[in-house]
Amino acid sequence: MPILNRRSFIKAAGVLGASTALPVNLARAADKPVTVGFIYVGAKDDFGYNQAHAEAAAIIKGLPNVTVIEEENVPETVAVQRSMEAMIRQDGAQLIFPTSFGYFDPHVIKVARKYPEVRFAHCGGLWQKGVHPDNAGSFFGYIDEGQYLNGVVAGHMSKSKKLGFVAAKPIPQVLRNLNAFTLGARSVDPEITTTVIFTGDWSLPVKEAEAANSLIDQGCDVLTCHVDGPKVLVETAEKRGVMTCGYHASQAALAPKGYLTGAEWNWETPYRAHVMALQSGAPMNNFMRGGLKEGFVKTSPYGSAVSDAAKAAADAVKASMLKSELSIFTGPIRNNTGEVMVAEGTVLTQTDVVLERMDYLVEGVRGQI
Amino acid sequence: MAEIDYSVLLLALLAGAIRVGTPFLFVSLGECLTEKGGRINLGLEGILVVGAMSGYAVAYLTDSAWLGVLAAGCAGCALGAFHGVICSLPRVNDIAFGIALILLGTGLAFFFGKAFIQPQAPSLPSIELGAWSDDARVRSALSVNVLFFIGVALTLLMHWGLRATRWGLVLRLVGDHAQSARALGYRPALVRTLATASGGFLAGVGGAYLSLYYPGSWNEGLSSGQGLMAVALVIFARWQPLNCLWAALLFGASGAVGPALQAVGISSGYYLFAAMPYALTLLVMYLSCRPNQTLSGAPGELSLNR
Amino acid sequence: MSIRIPPVAARGLALGLPALPTVLAVATTVVLFSVFLWAREIPVLEAGALIYQGAFGSTFSWENTLLRAAPLMLTALCVALPARAGLIIIGGEGALVLGGLAAAVTPLWLPALPASLMWVAMAAAAMAVGGFWIGLSGWMRQRRGVNETIGSLLLSYIALAVFRHLVEGPLRDPASLNKPSTAPLPDAYSVGVISDTFYVHWGLVAGVVVCLLAHVLVRHSVSGFAFSIVGGNVRAARMLGLPVNRLVLVTCALGGAAAGLAGMFEVAAVQGSANAALIAGYGTSGILVAFAARHNPLAIIVCAILLGGVEASGSLLQRRLGLPDATTLILEGVLFVNLLAWEALNGRVLHWRIHWRERGRAPAEGVVQHG
Repeated sequence: MPILNRRSFIKAAGVLGASTALPVNLARAADKPVTVGFIYVGAKDDFGYNQAHAEAAAIIKGLPNVTVIEEENVPETVAVQRSMEAMIRQDGAQLIFPTSFGYFDPHVIKVARKYPEVRFAHCGGLWQKGVHPDNAGSFFGYIDEGQYLNGVVAGHMSKSKKLGFVAAKPIPQVLRNLNAFTLGARSVDPEITTTVIFTGDWSLPVKEAEAANSLIDQGCDVLTCHVDGPKVLVETAEKRGVMTCGYHASQAALAPKGYLTGAEWNWETPYRAHVMALQSGAPMNNFMRGGLKEGFVKTSPYGSAVSDAAKAAADAVKASMLKSELSIFTGPIRNNTGEVMVAEGTVLTQTDVVLERMDYLVEGVRGQI
Repeated sequence: MAEIDYSVLLLALLAGAIRVGTPFLFVSLGECLTEKGGRINLGLEGILVVGAMSGYAVAYLTDSAWLGVLAAGCAGCALGAFHGVICSLPRVNDIAFGIALILLGTGLAFFFGKAFIQPQAPSLPSIELGAWSDDARVRSALSVNVLFFIGVALTLLMHWGLRATRWGLVLRLVGDHAQSARALGYRPALVRTLATASGGFLAGVGGAYLSLYYPGSWNEGLSSGQGLMAVALVIFARWQPLNCLWAALLFGASGAVGPALQAVGISSGYYLFAAMPYALTLLVMYLSCRPNQTLSGAPGELSLNR
Repeated sequence: MSIRIPPVAARGLALGLPALPTVLAVATTVVLFSVFLWAREIPVLEAGALIYQGAFGSTFSWENTLLRAAPLMLTALCVALPARAGLIIIGGEGALVLGGLAAAVTPLWLPALPASLMWVAMAAAAMAVGGFWIGLSGWMRQRRGVNETIGSLLLSYIALAVFRHLVEGPLRDPASLNKPSTAPLPDAYSVGVISDTFYVHWGLVAGVVVCLLAHVLVRHSVSGFAFSIVGGNVRAARMLGLPVNRLVLVTCALGGAAAGLAGMFEVAAVQGSANAALIAGYGTSGILVAFAARHNPLAIIVCAILLGGVEASGSLLQRRLGLPDATTLILEGVLFVNLLAWEALNGRVLHWRIHWRERGRAPAEGVVQHG
């Protein structure tokens, strides 16, 4: 039986491999049954951050010889440490994906030290060789590329030349998105400004709606956000006839009129890579990053409102991103008080960790941190 | 930094006060009614969440937002009655039971609400008071939900009812001095249970406002403590329905002012800003209380006044 | 009617009776929750077995349960101690986070010290801040008659806002990139686990010891007796010349100190710095634990373990049966609703208990006469 299965699988894998150029010894690797655990900080179906992870986990569930176990609403306390341990000890998990940023330090690090034979692939953390255990690692997507494209489309579509951004907290990941969005828009028209509102936490629906309304009252006509669930923002904007760009996952269905495009995660790529490395016995890739080109992020299809000019411009930018010809953070970049943050002639490529420490708002962002 | 458009700021504040304040109004009227009878129900937070979920679910299933509101009210009423009945038993502490009800309510709402996070339910209609204006911002600010007007009407009704009707007198008597009520042949436990159940109904409707109008969808993070805040609000309002209306608008405005200020470029200290209503309530309590004397207007039987 | 009962059995009954409402509450919870599962077509026996296994089925489960119970013991005392003097305090969450913050910044502001001294300093700072915060509620009540329940709730909200503001603003470590936190605690000062085979941090020992101390205080000391006089009848206490205001303040400050200590262990043994993850609802759960334990410090240990067990079991339910996390919330809700509702029986129990104790003392015959 197993041989037969393996044979038929090899055939299937061969077909698949020919088209997508998967790593070599996939067929033998897939024989090794593995158990993979996913831990989410919120509900799996929040129309946002956690859902993007859970959807990719569902794809992993469909892979041969992979058992997936999941836990949702696990707070960033001793609870997540115990959930990881329980997955290892009670279910024999060999690879764990703790998906919330706050899990990394100290929880993932602590448990990884205790279980050196298990792999921990954390989403968003800044894994450092020598500092953090070798069986832990972090992966993340350069979703600022999606936000830059959002900005390009928004810049073309905005009539008031005022854009709005609802953000949870002024942390580097959020600021990088906000700045990329603004730079994208200002690449179209340097007069454009982005007004930012910080709500203070990842999920505060009433505040998010209120922030969206305030931005619209201020004349912003394209909104986007970085909060856990963009549903509220997108729906509020649609009700008031204002355009939106999505985040985390596609919210196109919520706003048939005003949804322009969106920056979406494609976690399937890093998940698959980690699972396959485990199955083939390849060493763990501790620091994994990728953008549009590597398939870590993707963009929503253009909405009906997007003009042909905007589509053409965004497609051109996307094409040069895919060819690695365009770097978002190319000097000179000033912050919004006029200081030079990236000197003329300096090009920060996506892999530069300086970008993961971003603590300023670029010129054109209205707001303070 | 940039020039501040004060008229827009004020308008945004007014609109925000109404939008954010409406659920506060319903929950605080519910809590006011409960406390007038001499009980305190902290479980309104849980009831609010159950109301939000069941309202959304029923609105989606029947395609009628108003049936959703009704369902939310009924669910709230059932949980309120549950609180009322159990707290009528001797030695059951209403404050602790309320907190247990928050757990149970949110648990039930999250459990049964899973299926309703994705679908879109119809939303409640609003009345366009700003149709005369050319300015889209004015039109949007003056687009006020029907539930707000119902809330205002209820406020007036409660204000009148508590003063001028037999029902109102009985409720207040039970809340102020249960022994006298008993001597007159009324059953305090029954009256209180009814008051708590009605309060639950109102809190459920407040929840439906959240899920069916503003922000207008069901998810697990929907309530940010509006139910518990309403308890403070009722004290701030000194147990007067009319004051509840003003206090709800004030609390609503304070929720709206943070984003509005940031939209015009003032964006620091938002956590402290969000805590303003609590600090204000505490200040009012501190200034208006006297030792060895209950808060003026407080029902005498309230466990807060032992 | 007459029942023949030997005195020893009668005495045993008298001793065991106080547990009766709790036992009935747990039994009712099991029945109600089973009905709920059955109605949702979830395998009841399997779920029950998983809950038991996840909570108490192995050493690993016990560690799990006790780790979650540890902070609850301390936050429950924040309710139970003031309750001895008749106050209902529900703001323990605020005392916990501010206490945790105080503990987290202590090593930053002090010179390097041996770990044990630093722990003492951290605990002292946490307890002082926590005690001050809850003491404030007590002071406002005694000074101005501000109701302590609402006062402590409001103060707790204010504490959370101040905490977030400080952690993400002035006290933020610039190196804490995407998780705003205070500067990390040096490894030398972090509190470890009891042993490698019993993987529970020392916060558990602190919780149990503090509960025992609280028991001695309220049951076997003069001050404890004075607290209950104040709690029972303020007028009587004043007539006896007891310093009522001071006693109320002391119970509040002690309660707050316990919650602050819980915050210190969360920082030193779990988080390694103060950040928003400290706001995890331990204060709120503590309220329920205290009421379920009828403010008895020894019973708090038991109730905290019970709640810790329920919370620990959720993990297994999700992984094995695919149930949503909210299932655990429902179980907790049903459990506490029952624990509180069955309190109604307690008055009766008191009556029966006296009765059986009398019979236990009876010299020869155990014939009970019911009037």
